[in-house]
Amino acid sequence: MTDHPPPPFRAKAARVGALIRKESLQVVRDPSSVAIGVVLPLMLILLFGYALSLDVKHVPIAVVLEDPSSQAREIAASFQLSSYFETRVTRSMAEAETLMRSDKIEGIVRVPADFARRKAQGDASVQVLVNGIDGNTARIVEAYAEAAVAQTGARLDAEGQANGVAGGQAVIESQLWFNSANNSRYFLVPGLIVLVITLIGAFMTSMVVAREWERGTFEALFVTPVRTDEILLGKTVPYLLLGMVGLLLCMGAAKFLFDVPIRGSIPILMGVSMLYLLVSVAIGLLISSSLKSQFLSSQVTMLVTFMPALMLSGFLYDLRSVPFAIQLISYAVPAHYFIRLLQTLFLVGDVWSVIWPNAAILAGIAIVLLAFARRATSKSLG
Amino acid sequence: MDILASLRRILALIRKEILAVLKDARTRNVLLIQPVLQLLLFGYAATLDVNNIPYAALDRDHSIASTALLAKLDGSGLFHRIANLTQASQMKPLIDNQEVLIAIQIGPDFQRQLSAGQQAAVQVIADGRNSNTAGAALDDVGAAVDSFNTDWRYDHGLPQPAVQVKLRAWYSPNLETRWNMIPALIGNITLMSTLMLAALSVAREREEGTFDQLLVTPFRPVEIMVGKAIPAMIIGTVQATSALLVAQLWFRIPFAGSYVTLYVGLILFLLAAVGIGLFVSSIAATMQQAMLYAASFSLVFALLSGLATPISSMPEVLQDFTLINPLRYAIDLVHRVYLEGAGIGLLVPDLWPMAIIATVTLTAAAWMFSNRIE
Repeated sequence: MTDHPPPPFRAKAARVGALIRKESLQVVRDPSSVAIGVVLPLMLILLFGYALSLDVKHVPIAVVLEDPSSQAREIAASFQLSSYFETRVTRSMAEAETLMRSDKIEGIVRVPADFARRKAQGDASVQVLVNGIDGNTARIVEAYAEAAVAQTGARLDAEGQANGVAGGQAVIESQLWFNSANNSRYFLVPGLIVLVITLIGAFMTSMVVAREWERGTFEALFVTPVRTDEILLGKTVPYLLLGMVGLLLCMGAAKFLFDVPIRGSIPILMGVSMLYLLVSVAIGLLISSSLKSQFLSSQVTMLVTFMPALMLSGFLYDLRSVPFAIQLISYAVPAHYFIRLLQTLFLVGDVWSVIWPNAAILAGIAIVLLAFARRATSKSLG
Repeated sequence: MDILASLRRILALIRKEILAVLKDARTRNVLLIQPVLQLLLFGYAATLDVNNIPYAALDRDHSIASTALLAKLDGSGLFHRIANLTQASQMKPLIDNQEVLIAIQIGPDFQRQLSAGQQAAVQVIADGRNSNTAGAALDDVGAAVDSFNTDWRYDHGLPQPAVQVKLRAWYSPNLETRWNMIPALIGNITLMSTLMLAALSVAREREEGTFDQLLVTPFRPVEIMVGKAIPAMIIGTVQATSALLVAQLWFRIPFAGSYVTLYVGLILFLLAAVGIGLFVSSIAATMQQAMLYAASFSLVFALLSGLATPISSMPEVLQDFTLINPLRYAIDLVHRVYLEGAGIGLLVPDLWPMAIIATVTLTAAAWMFSNRIE
């Protein structure tokens, strides 16, 4: 009769299609999936775009004026006029030190009593005390304070002795390539994309699959005609799509909200993001299939994907400056390669000598991890 | 003996909770190893110091002065000269491929201008893909050039600039990022697991259906809550202690304050974290939701704690939001006890907000529990 079994490929496609449909419906219907797929990325975008800024502004400091001369007061005024500082002027060092101990101020600029007299002799000094706990802020305060004092000093010199020939000196003309306005959003936004894709790809996949293991619905799949690679495909595709939604949200925000340029080509950007998303989903599958517990999966996924993407990818911290052992570990962090690709594709352009090696490494990691994930999810109850 | 019976019930619940969490060897390992591992890894990684700067030099002057300037860079130990260039066009590929972070160009008139008492420009190009790193590297170039200028003036009998700045840093003399980062991580790491444990403890029972069984026992809602809160706090305290040990024994960051003060602060902080976790737990329907909410809370708290970026640079609205972030107070408290040796009197501004957060969230969670029970 004409009752042939359907061709194997059609049957396979139908099974995978049904799985994808089921998984997608589950994603859309569960409010917590929507939360992690859409709300969390949006929240991160807004936080990174508007809240996080490494620029130092309005740092509270005290200027101790032990010398009432007009020259000393000019030094104080240069701090009061600067928008980097929130300056209060005190007369005694003891008062300023009390303020610093009670954490009301971050630094003290002390103009000593003999400032004007020693200025005339040409060896005046200004003491700057900073609270060293936040080393970064302290260093910025130091740099600004030096610049302010140097400028005022030079002006006083110029006014005082017009005849004094300034000695020759080397001055720096610096250019910041790819980010000439030194806008910290330029490096926060590519980092943001890495974090969002990691969250969607790895964290969400690992939790959903771990839940299926905990509830036993994963084992229930084994008694159906669905094959292992079909299960994997059915699990991967919906999260890849969701990840692309997150990526598009971030790219839209980068371009239209934060004015971060996209100097490379968008298809390549999407392509390498897909690769990284695939890596993330594979890690999520691997972790959840080997641990089979929601709590453990979430903790381990955070530990091996999200935290390294934040700390060991070169997104915030310069990997050239960390100890060699940590550098070695950072080479095992997929986000390391993705962040290089993103920074280059956003800010520089299509530099093939950066794109090829990093994309190839990501592809290699994806293949290896998917193979492992396939073994971990293979249809056995071992 | 109503109170005694109540205490006995709570103790039994605590015992059961701790057993439930720790009986699984993998969970036990994750909870105990994770803080140590995180602290070790991130303690080394999280440094804003830039101390290995590959650079390329294009010296068009080949004079004593230009050689001295480059020697200053090489001698600082921070810079590594990767290439000596002969043309400006060679700079771009090196920077594009991230082989160098910085390219320095010294013009052909460098020494002549210096000798003539003019300003001699040194062009420095930095890779701005990570503008933070680039900025730190430019600061280092600035320091090397300053030092070159001082030497040059000294060698040529010129007067030094009229006003000099003398810097001293309190509490962390070398301005090491690590001293700032590691004590702060103690709060950060503890928050994540405590919040998650508290959030999951009730959600798990609800998902497995054992919460209903708990309700038919003589337990009152408040007793259930206390019984769920204390195990999470105990685990949090153990984690904080192991992190503290790593900070002192491995990273050798000197502890300046009193342990009693530190633990008083930490316990208040854990109480606030558990309060938030139990509140999350009371509104979540499933474990997955509880976990997601808990993860989102810890993420936002971590980003807005002042550790990643200074609170004073945030917009006003978010600065106000950080007032309800227990991590903000905990990091400040740990910093001040650990590095400054601050006494309990100076820490009151950190302690009372955490106490209020704990009171509000625990009350809200208790109310939610009894209302869901009725």
